[in-house]
Order: sequence, then C-alpha cells, then structure tokens
Amino acid sequence: MAFETVIGLEVHVELGTKTKIFCNCANEFGAAPNTRVCPVCLGSPGVLPVLNAEALALGIRAALALNCEVRASSKFDRKNYFYPDSPKAYQISQYDEPIGERGYVEIVVGGGVKRIGVTRVHLEEDAGKLNHSPLGDYSLVDLNRVGVPLIEIVSEPDIRTPEEARLYMEEVRSILRYCNVSDCRMEEGSLRCDANISLRPAGQRAFGTKTEIKNMNSFRNVQRGLEYEQRRQAEALAAGGEIRQQTLRWDEASERTILMRSKEDAHDYRYFPEPDLARVELSAEYIAARRAEIPELPADKRERFVRQYGLPAYDASVLTASRALAEYFDAVAALVRDAKSASNWIMGDLLAHLKVTGQEIEQVNMTPQQLAQLIGLIDDGTISTRIAKTVLRDVLEQGKDPRVLIEEQGLAQISDEAALRAIAQRVIEANPKSVEDYRAGKEKALGALVGQMMKETKGKANPQMVNRMIADMIAGD
Amino acid sequence: MHLTEQDVAHVARLARLVLTDEEKHTLAGELDRILQHADELAGLDLAGVSPMSHVGGGETVTRPDEPRPSLAPLTALANAPDADEQQFRVPAVLEG
Amino acid sequence: MLDMYSGLRALRAGLDAGRTSPGELFAMCRNEIARRDDGVKAFLTLVDDDPETQRRLRGEGPDAGYAGYAADGAAREGEAEFASDGTAPDGRSGSAGALAGIPYALKDNICTAGIVTTCASRILAGYTPPHTATAVRRLAQAGGRLLGKLNMDEFAMGSSTENSARFPTRNPWDLERVPGGSSGGAAAAVAAGMAPYALGSDTGGSIRQPAAYCGVVGLKPTYGRVSRFGLVAFASSLDQIGPLTHSVADAALVLQQIAGHDPRDGTSARVETPDFSRGLTGDISGLRIGVAREYFSEGVDDGVRRKVEEAIALLAKLGARVREVSLPHTRYALSTYYLIAPAEASSNLARYDGVRYGYRAKDADNLVDMYSKTRSEGFGAEVKRRILIGTYALSSGYYDAYYKRAQQVRTLIRRDFDEAFADVDVIVSPTTPTTAFRLGEKVDDPLTMYMNDVCTIPVNLAGLPAISVPCGLDRGLPVGLQFIGRMFDEVTLLGAAYVYERAAGHSPLRPRFAPEVTGHGV
Ligand SMILES: [Zn+2]
Repeated sequence: MAFETVIGLEVHVELGTKTKIFCNCANEFGAAPNTRVCPVCLGSPGVLPVLNAEALALGIRAALALNCEVRASSKFDRKNYFYPDSPKAYQISQYDEPIGERGYVEIVVGGGVKRIGVTRVHLEEDAGKLNHSPLGDYSLVDLNRVGVPLIEIVSEPDIRTPEEARLYMEEVRSILRYCNVSDCRMEEGSLRCDANISLRPAGQRAFGTKTEIKNMNSFRNVQRGLEYEQRRQAEALAAGGEIRQQTLRWDEASERTILMRSKEDAHDYRYFPEPDLARVELSAEYIAARRAEIPELPADKRERFVRQYGLPAYDASVLTASRALAEYFDAVAALVRDAKSASNWIMGDLLAHLKVTGQEIEQVNMTPQQLAQLIGLIDDGTISTRIAKTVLRDVLEQGKDPRVLIEEQGLAQISDEAALRAIAQRVIEANPKSVEDYRAGKEKALGALVGQMMKETKGKANPQMVNRMIADMIAGD
Repeated sequence: MHLTEQDVAHVARLARLVLTDEEKHTLAGELDRILQHADELAGLDLAGVSPMSHVGGGETVTRPDEPRPSLAPLTALANAPDADEQQFRVPAVLEG
Repeated sequence: MLDMYSGLRALRAGLDAGRTSPGELFAMCRNEIARRDDGVKAFLTLVDDDPETQRRLRGEGPDAGYAGYAADGAAREGEAEFASDGTAPDGRSGSAGALAGIPYALKDNICTAGIVTTCASRILAGYTPPHTATAVRRLAQAGGRLLGKLNMDEFAMGSSTENSARFPTRNPWDLERVPGGSSGGAAAAVAAGMAPYALGSDTGGSIRQPAAYCGVVGLKPTYGRVSRFGLVAFASSLDQIGPLTHSVADAALVLQQIAGHDPRDGTSARVETPDFSRGLTGDISGLRIGVAREYFSEGVDDGVRRKVEEAIALLAKLGARVREVSLPHTRYALSTYYLIAPAEASSNLARYDGVRYGYRAKDADNLVDMYSKTRSEGFGAEVKRRILIGTYALSSGYYDAYYKRAQQVRTLIRRDFDEAFADVDVIVSPTTPTTAFRLGEKVDDPLTMYMNDVCTIPVNLAGLPAISVPCGLDRGLPVGLQFIGRMFDEVTLLGAAYVYERAAGHSPLRPRFAPEVTGHGV
C-alpha cells in the first residue's frame, strides 16, 4: 500500500535581544552556569516579570515576515508543569491569543514553489538546562537560559517529505536572519525544531496517528530523523501494525528515534491568563512600524535577481542564502556592466575563499566597490581574467584597491600598439623559421610566435591584440 | 457533579502533593462542599460577558532592553538546599 | 507622653522638637514587644536597628551587583530619592520625611533583603531573599526603621492567623480570640502598641478584616497603586500591599510613601500619585454615600449591624447624602473568589519545589518523589486545600465551568460597582459580619471561615480601594466600618473615613490589656 507522509513542524527561535524577555539579565550564550540569573530567573518568591520591549518588537517583526496576521490584542498565559528547568513551575507563553496567526512560508521544491502554512507565532520564555550526572543518580540545573526570549512557529501539516521539512526550516532561518530577529544557530540551540509526523494511505483525507520527534539539532538531522521515522511507520503499517501516539527523541549516535513518553503521560498544562502581565495592545502604527523594519526577504530577492539581472535561478538562490551576501552582490552588480560576471566572481572565487577561511561575508577584506573595480578592469581589457584571479587573492589579503595592486605590481596588460609592435618586430626577426612555416600555411606556427610574444611581455600583452598584430605584420611584409 | 477521592488523588498528583487516605477522604468532602457552593455560578447567564483576567489594562507595559548586573554567583546559590559546581543539584530525573 | 498610639505626626513632631530620637522610639517599640509579645505573639522575626540592615533595605547593601538592580529601578523613573535621615529632596507632597526615624513592622510575606522572609510557612523556613520589596525600599529610603517581620496565615491564606506554621497570633483585646487574618500579626502588633504602623497585604480582606478585629485602621489601596514587587504572590490579580495604622491620617502618610509606579511591576499603574492627605479636610457636606443592602445579610451579627447603622446615621448628620445602592452580584463574590484566588495560588505556589531555595524533604528516591514529599511536608493543610481547589478549577475539562466562569462573574461584580459609583462617591458597609471569634472556633470548617470575607472580597475582585476604621465596641470587641472608593480615588475615600473617625472619636483604640497570658494551649 502506498502511504502519504504528513509533517508539521514546531520551530523555536531565540530572539536576538540584549536582555531576557522578563528581566534585565543579559541574553548571552555560553556563560558559566548560573551567572546570568537574578531573582526573576530563579523564580524567587515575590518577583514579577516585565516584558522586554525589544522581544515584543522582534516577535511582531518575525510574525509579519512569516506573513502572519498580527493580533491587535493578545495576552500571555501560564503553562504549568513541574520540571527543574522551569523555576516557577510554569512557563510564560501564549495559549489562545498568540501575536501572529495564519501566515505562510514558501519553499522551492521540485522546480516549483510550494506554500507551507504557518498556523501561529507566539512569544514565550526559554527554560533552563539540566546536566545529568554520568551515573544518572542526580542532575545539575543551570538556569542561565531561563527567560531567553523565544518565538514558537507552528506550521500547518502541509509538509509531505523530510526534504520539504528541511527546506522549510532553512527558509524560516533565512527569513528570520534577514530580519535580524535571531542568529538562528542550531548548534547553539537558538533555532530548534520538533516535528509531528504521521502516515496515511494515499488518497485518504483523515490523518493517521502521529508521533512527535524532538532533539533534531541540525538541518541534516531534521531530514534524517524524519526519514527514519517515516520508514519506521511505513514498515509498521505495512506489517499490519499500529502507530502509537508517542513523543520520541532523535538519537544522532544510533541514528534512531527513542521513546521519551507515551500519550498516557500527556501533561495537563492548566493554561490560564498570566495575571502579572498586562494584555498586549498594539496600535496600527506600531504594527506598521514593525512591518517597515522588514527588509526585502529571500524569496523576493531571488525573484528580483532573476528578473532584474537575468541570473539563473540557481545563482539567485545561492546569492540570497544570507542577507549580507545578497546585499554584497547587489552592490557589486550595480557597478558592473554584466551582473552575471559579478555572480560568477562571488559564487566562484569569493565563496571559495570564505569556505577556506571560515569567514562570513561581513568579515571579508574586500568591499563590493573593490570587486566591481576588479571586474571593470577585466571588462576594459586592463588585466586578463587569469591575472584578475591573482589580484583578487591579493585584495582579500591586503585590502588594497585592485587598481593600486595592479599599479604596484605592474600587472596591467600592454595594450599600447607602438610598444607591442616593436616587440612583435623583434619576435618576427628572431624567428624566421616560424614566419616561413606560417606563410607556408601552417596556422600553428602563429601560435608559437604569439607564445614567444607573451613570454617577452610576462603575460601582460593582450592575447587577441597580439594575434591580430603578428598576422597582419607577416602578411604586410 | 461530585468530587470523588479519585478526583482528589488525580489533582494531588498534578499539584505534586501526596495525601494519606484519610486526607483524601476528608479533602474530598471539603472540596466537594466548596465546589457545590461554586456551582451557583452555573445558573448565571453569562453569554457575551468577557472574562476579567486583569484589573488594569488598555496599555501594553514594556521595559527597555537594557542589561543590568545579574546576581553574584554566590548569592544565586545561597538559598539552595543542595548545590554542586555552581548549579542546583536535584535527584535523578525520572519521567512520570 | 509619646507612645505608639500617638500617631505618626506626633512622633515626627517629637523627633523634630528633640523630645525623642529614632533610637529611643525603636527602643520603646522593643520594650513593648518584650512586654506584650509573649502573649500576643505577633512577631516572627525581630530585626536590630543597625545601619547595615537599613542600608541593605534601601538597596545599597553589600549584595553588589544585585543591589544596583534594586536601587536604580526607582531612580530611572525620576522618582524622588530620600536621604538616609529621611529628609526628602524636594518635599514629596508635603509629607516627605514624615516617616523618617519612625519604626515599622512588616507582614512576613513582604521580601526584605538579608532578612528571613517565610510567609509563616515551613516551606520557606530560613529563606533569605536577595531582594527587597519596592514598598519597603521606599520606606527605608524615607528613613523608616524596620522592627521585624510579622505573623500571618501561611501564604496569606486564612482569616485568623491560625494557619501560621509557627504559632497562632492572639487578639490584644482578648488573648483567647483570633486577631483575624491573614495580616493578623500586623493588626495585633499595631493594636498592642508594639509598632506605630505596619504593612500588610490584602487579597480578599487580609488587611481590613484583622484591622476590624483588632480595632485599628486598615487600608487596601486600589490594585496597581502600590507595587507588588517583593510581595510573595498569593493571587496575583487580587493582592495589594497596604498600611495598618491607628488613624486615617497615618494611613494616608504611609500610603504616600509606598504608592507610585514601579518599573519592576508590570501591573503597577502609571497614574499620578496625589497628595493623599489633601482630602482630610473634615468636610463631607454633599458627599454621596451609598449603602448596599447586599452587605447586611442575615450573616451579619446584630451588634455589628447596630454599630454600622449608628455610623451611617452619624455620617448623614455630618452632611453626607446617604442613599441605597444595589450590588446584585455580591452574593456570587465568595464563590468567584474561591475559584480565582486558589487557581492563581496553585500556580504561584508551584515554585516551592525544594530546588532553588526553601525546605527540601529528605530521603527522596527521585525527582517526582522529592517534589511531592517536599511540598506535602512543607505546606500546611489550608494551603494544600487551596492548591487542590485551584488545580482542579484549572484542570482539563473544568476550566470553562469553573475558572473562566468565575472570571466572567468577576466582570459582573466590577460592573455593579461601576454603576453604583455613577450615583455615589463612597460605599459603606460592615468590614466583617462578626467581631473576633475564639481561637479554634472555625478551624475545622473552611466554608464558615471563608464567610468572614464576604464584605471584603468583592472589593478585591473589582480592584477598588477600601479602608476599615474602628466604629466602636460590641461586647468589648472592636467593630470595623468599611468604606469602599472608586478606582484610584483614595483621596475621597480617605476624606470620608477621616470625617467619620474624627466625629466618632474612637481612634486610637487602646485595648484593655489582659495582664498575662492565661496558658491556653499555643
Ligand atoms: Zn534575570
């Protein structure tokens, strides 16, 4: 029997604020345990949460960037559960009135665009971390992460393959990075993903029983974890078995999903409105201001790069991988005759350089103006493409303008007719045999003469010009 | 609707309280009386009445995103019943 | 001769005239405590009058980084900072410095940096917070001198202070009787002359009811008037800190210091703080006073009813226009309160889990076991009872029937008041249906105990300000008269209460002290 896979994702994103969502402790990754905590973080008796304006702004910006409708009036709720990572024994979250609803994200899959619905975006606080002892007899609790602002992005069950799930995650990350909402580093946990997956016989409308997978901490693991679970469920169903509603954990080492808890243990979170936080009431002006903060997003950029610069779709998707890279390209493209040459240089030599050095585009030692200048010097014949590669490397190392480096190192092509003609004359006179052969119809002999000429000029002669010049001079004798 | 001892046991589990059988029995009676009293609200017509979760309102309350010092490391752990390596120590975590 | 019944203005005048000193006033209180508190048992913790303690409470203590956190919260808002001797920079509404050098005491659910804060619960035994409540910081900055922390019903849940994990407090008017609760220690300490004033907290009547039982003035300000930062939460949407004093004028002075917006409390109101003494003119001609029949149900004792009716007649004689108002949903207030308050409490008290502070049970096998043993051993019976009701009211399948419904009825109760206040300026009622009852009389009957709060609870549900003032004695025990005001209209409220207080001539009420404790089992 053929099955259709149905996947929905819950993505948690830590917001890039300076402070936590409800207190003034620094929002920092990697500090020594319990050094970024105050009585609010510790859930001490008598303390109160106060909402960070920037966390709210980033949350609204994110919701808008994900095409959500933003509620003019929303509220926070308490989600009650006992666990040592939750010092108040409740998480401040949003239950039935999230900041954003009914959005979507578009992904490019199978050569077409597919729209994945975003059910809701809500604000909440992060929990602490437990470090289990090697023997499992106790755990240590670090509360630094408590209160780091999060948004949770819940997708509709519109995803049909593990690959689509990965693409959706990548697109969400790209959008949120474009908006400066978060750095979205999965390895540091600032982007996290839980997935619901179920299978149903092809053609059936009703959903099958789903399982939830947690702890897929890289894009690769999202795809692999879902692939594993898809296979596991398909095999179970094909064998006439049943899927049990469970929460599973992806174990990277064993490449398996492991049972965390079954449905019978489902929590009763006893949500109710958080009395310590006033309702969030947003004016149309406030929402418009957040919307104005959203830059051109990757999908629009891709589309524009194809339309405006005539780039292939592949180039457009590579160049829009990050906002900084896309802006770099835009800046170079605006200064050169052919945008495709800008794309070639960036996707080729520049990205290779970033890969080798492990740098981000923001850290690179070459301004878009410098790269444009270099391309301009090729276009006007000042240097050859081969020389340009050397110059590019030197610009990246020294940060000097290409023009200055070419000057310093005397790398400009010799395009001076008179000077070249004098050298050509010497070459012709010194190689009578080759001249004879060429006259006798041996076309290859011309190549030897041109090669001689390039050697004399240390490669700086314009090859086309030399070719034509020698042929003319022999013919004209 | 009457509150049973089983209901009390369930709610106690949610609230992380252990009760003796005697406590369960007494509390089931007491809580049942209180909830019976609360059932008088069931007779009210509340259609269109919005719930009042806050006294104030109408205005979003936020604070500026400005870092301030956190607690000194010793102070953070000063009240901990059990601590190790600048962290709170808890018994083994078993789901349930 | 000054004593702790003299009133804050007289004490201040004594200090200004050099007739006494802050140290002497503090010592006088300590003497009274030594003399009386073996019998009354109001204090849980005594604090020495040392500069280090005062400095820490002002937010300038040695808790380096975090003290800064507490201190600059206020400065940021452009709030007046007071010098340590209590002199104000630019005369805060004329009452600046009014509390400088004068001792006070605090209910033990109000956090004090470096001083044990237990909520009279075993689960917080020995807990020393690093933070100070904003209201206390303001008193400390105004030069107030903290005497100690006062007994209460555990986590403010109760009406008799018998729910303290330590010991019950006794009513200074009759040591066989309860002082009321939950701020029973605060009311008893002030009534017994052991402190000139105290701060309590009021969630359903916890300031006003003990004030009525002990014959002192108890003010519950409008919700949001006083910061809740540092008040250990019982029911967050109802709790409010307020003063217990010997007079309405003193209540106004204390409120002046503790009121005002606090950036650390998102529910503290961004409203102007008026001069609360402004309305104490002694003139209420034309003031419209409402009397709601709903507050005079059969449950109200005849003696109490008579005193309150006399008070209303006196107010009319003084020029007030008394008219009847209707608050039809009052009868649902108790049920509403006993769903909302426990629901919020069940969540607020979930943090007491033995992990970061407070009591932890020994010999737990695993985490869940540790949680359950800690909480079962750490909380008393009434707290557990309310946690269970609240958990039930919020649990899956019951939320709409109980919690949400209660929130809707709360809207109706608030609407009743809004409509009544279209016609009147204040509403008067008994504070409590009876005078102080005997210790042990109601402990086994939670519902009857809850009935004590029938006149005070609607006020918290609506968020309004209210004050209880003594209106005489019934068979030797104080009776309380409650005035209820409009949102943020404490000025009118205090003005009305002041006129009554002056004309009635009851305040300050000095209890005839039973000379010694009678040895009734504590
Ligand atoms: Zn913090």
